[in-house]
Amino acid sequence: MEQIIFEKSVPGRGEKYLPQLDVPEEDYNISEKREVPPTLPQISELDCMRHYTRLSHLNYGVDTGFYPLGSCTMKYNPKINEEVANLPGFTDIHPYQGEETVQGALQLMSELQSYLKDIAGMDGVTLQPAAGAQGELTGLLLIKAYHQAKGEERRDKIIVPDTSHGTNPASAALCGLKIIQIPSDDKGTVDIEALKQAVGHDTAALMLTNPNTLGLFEENITEIADIVHDAGGLLYYDGANMNAIMGYARPGDMGFDVVHFNLHKTFAAPHGGGGPGAGPVGVKDFLSPFLPVPIIRFDSSKEKYYFDYNRPQSIGRVKAFYGQFSVLVKAYTYMVRMGWDGLKKASEIAVLNANYLMQLLSASYYQPFRGPCKHEFVLSPKNLKSLGIHTLDIAKRLMDYGFHPPTIYFPLIVEEAIMIEPTETESKETLDTFSEALKMIATEAQENPEVLKTAPHSTPVGRLDEVMAARKQILRWLTS
Amino acid sequence: MPYIPHTAEEIQKMLRTIGVNSTDDLFSDIAEEIRLKRALNLPRGLSEKETWDKINGLASKNKHMGKHICFLGAGAYQHYCPKAVKHILSRSEFYTAYTPYQPEISQGTLQTIFEYQTMICELTGMDAANASHYDGATALAEGVSLAIDVTKRKHVLISSLVHPEYRQTVATYLEGKNITLDQIPYQDGLTSKKELEQRMNKNTAAVVMQTPNFFGAIEELSYAAQVAQQTGALLIVCVDPISLGILEAPGNLQADVVVGEGQSLGLPLNFGGPYLGFMAVKNKYVRRLPGRIVGKTQDRLGNEGYVLTLQAREQHIRRERASSNICSNQALCALGAAVYLSLMGPEGIREVGRQCIQKGIYTKKLLSKIPGIKIPFPATTFKEFIVETTEEPQRINEHLWKAGIMGGLDVSGFYPELKNHILLCVTEMRTREDIEKLASVWGDMS
Repeated sequence: MEQIIFEKSVPGRGEKYLPQLDVPEEDYNISEKREVPPTLPQISELDCMRHYTRLSHLNYGVDTGFYPLGSCTMKYNPKINEEVANLPGFTDIHPYQGEETVQGALQLMSELQSYLKDIAGMDGVTLQPAAGAQGELTGLLLIKAYHQAKGEERRDKIIVPDTSHGTNPASAALCGLKIIQIPSDDKGTVDIEALKQAVGHDTAALMLTNPNTLGLFEENITEIADIVHDAGGLLYYDGANMNAIMGYARPGDMGFDVVHFNLHKTFAAPHGGGGPGAGPVGVKDFLSPFLPVPIIRFDSSKEKYYFDYNRPQSIGRVKAFYGQFSVLVKAYTYMVRMGWDGLKKASEIAVLNANYLMQLLSASYYQPFRGPCKHEFVLSPKNLKSLGIHTLDIAKRLMDYGFHPPTIYFPLIVEEAIMIEPTETESKETLDTFSEALKMIATEAQENPEVLKTAPHSTPVGRLDEVMAARKQILRWLTS
Repeated sequence: MPYIPHTAEEIQKMLRTIGVNSTDDLFSDIAEEIRLKRALNLPRGLSEKETWDKINGLASKNKHMGKHICFLGAGAYQHYCPKAVKHILSRSEFYTAYTPYQPEISQGTLQTIFEYQTMICELTGMDAANASHYDGATALAEGVSLAIDVTKRKHVLISSLVHPEYRQTVATYLEGKNITLDQIPYQDGLTSKKELEQRMNKNTAAVVMQTPNFFGAIEELSYAAQVAQQTGALLIVCVDPISLGILEAPGNLQADVVVGEGQSLGLPLNFGGPYLGFMAVKNKYVRRLPGRIVGKTQDRLGNEGYVLTLQAREQHIRRERASSNICSNQALCALGAAVYLSLMGPEGIREVGRQCIQKGIYTKKLLSKIPGIKIPFPATTFKEFIVETTEEPQRINEHLWKAGIMGGLDVSGFYPELKNHILLCVTEMRTREDIEKLASVWGDMS
């Protein structure tokens, strides 16, 4: 492990980065002045570089190895995207510069809006939301505004299937909507009868991920859409799993009215150890008037891109300025490089990889829902429970084989769930090696369960005590 | 195809293993009627070189600060960032990782967040900080929600000198919660104390102040704290963290929640994002904090390590009962801020603040000598200040632009009563020469 940076601090040490003050110094009056300086590290630049470089060695990223986190789409983050996002023409522009001085940025955003519209089959797009969860919040506020404009404030129920992402109900609650959770049928998809029972004059919308979090395409999607629309509700598409269907099918054609995109999943922007992401939202025409301000438009008479703030029915803004611009640059660069042909190929191979890996594992692990899957699939090693082995043990043991574990214990409806999303950027050999590791672990579960229960063995720290963390609440460093 | 390693032969082998003839068979569950029967309406893919040329072409259409002198601020600031910061952020072990759900192989991310939380606590004088928010505006919105949850009250008093886009964001987040968002008018460029007192009532959940405020003026926090405490409202303070080498930590002035925009801490302007929202609270509100929090613990052999903690507050556990819906945050931006603070140190942060104040004073002095220009508000300012002119701001900015200077922000868009008022920003980046050039070009106009 690495010593905490504050403990490396030596009073008086550290580089100076600024020149001497070059204007005359004057007295000024501040009544609430800082007398005691903040305790910040005082270290040399070299020590600082070593500290963070060593910490980076304790991490595992997509560039380190296979990262099959289900619903997170940990595909390769192309380096050209990082390079272009670092161009001074993008990094050193101010959000309040005159529109005429940022035409390149506005053109990029405008084209990105168009690409996203076509990929999802939508008519309008806002790039403002900062992440998928904020996209959900935005989309739900749009739906709410729409019902309100129609005088149907009573529509305050959001229906979600029990396989939905946790952010779905949390976002609905955040904007004052109530949740109705409906069960899945024995095939793992929406239970049509339960849906029919759930909809009514109070339905605001159904939130759905398609393919769902089991990696299954909702085959009855048009019937589902009809049921919800007939009841006066709208359909919200959680775009977390968009990587499965680009160029094959579009949420708009399935009947969805609102879509959010996760640019940091589908469109190869990096996850950054937890962010920044970007969660643009697309809508059908009738919802466009409610989109957040501003929207980027092109004035063909003046041949100029501009911000459109004149949107009286807008829900307002969901963050300052225009969105996670540099993430938008990365996603746009990816789309330009891939093109329509590359994006479709990405989905094709993402689905091929998932089905191949699922097949390789079919003899060793119980699979509650049989294929074809889309971009991800779920295993349930409940047969190992009698040996005292749980999903957590398998996940931890995978680290000893050099892999990042898949998403675990999600979706909640599958006992001991292991949710695997390989993505299209992984080679056949990687999938073969990974499946061998999981098979070895299944054998170890029989022959040497202890090695699983005490895993991982090769990481900088062993299994950490989360209960102790929550009880002791040491949330910052303090001088001892 | 880019980034797809499969050979045609491998694809065939894989299809055979699966037991299907073609990849089309894997999409048979998508009904014919909803299949897309045309190509997506995007151009065909490009080589890396063509891609580079195209995007580089777009970037070079933008006029950027590297080539122009900028006096724009208003929530997005140009500061000097040590070159080492970018090198740390370019380490792909950091930027290609996911949220640290598996702590044994994420100690790098987790420890950097723990250190970042400590630095935010140190700057703000608070007890605990979370791992970040999308930006200052959403951090403020979530801070207000926290106060509403804690007090169960329905009235929020917000200074009219909180960044207008932050106030709009707060309003959006409160939509449907049946909350009255009451704006405290300003006087002489500061939040009116009289109006603050008069608007307080027993149903007030929070008093929200920003310091330095949108006009750059330094607000008196202890007074706001005193007024808030009288009726049991929380004091929420939105700060620019770069000012906290000079200004007293809000935690020492009885703030309950401190939020802000961390972009000043070494993050590029990036046309408005990604930035760094932060939130810090007093101990009694720790369990109300939204989002990720990192805590210290041990493994089974007693080795120290870090984990995401208090997760029972979060959406993936509590679903609709979570304290927020936040999932992805701004971890990499938080890392950037932590590296910046480590390199600058306490002395460096103080020096940035000192130079911002002094250069602001110098600029005001030069500009106020120009006929027709007034500094309408007398309060001490940090980094930004309002200038009143007899000319249209647009005309002034067009004039300055001819000399390669990006002028300030016309505030009448946000404050219609302030016609011909410009918000100017002067950070440590502006040299004496820049400032004198601004004054002389501006002076030439009149």
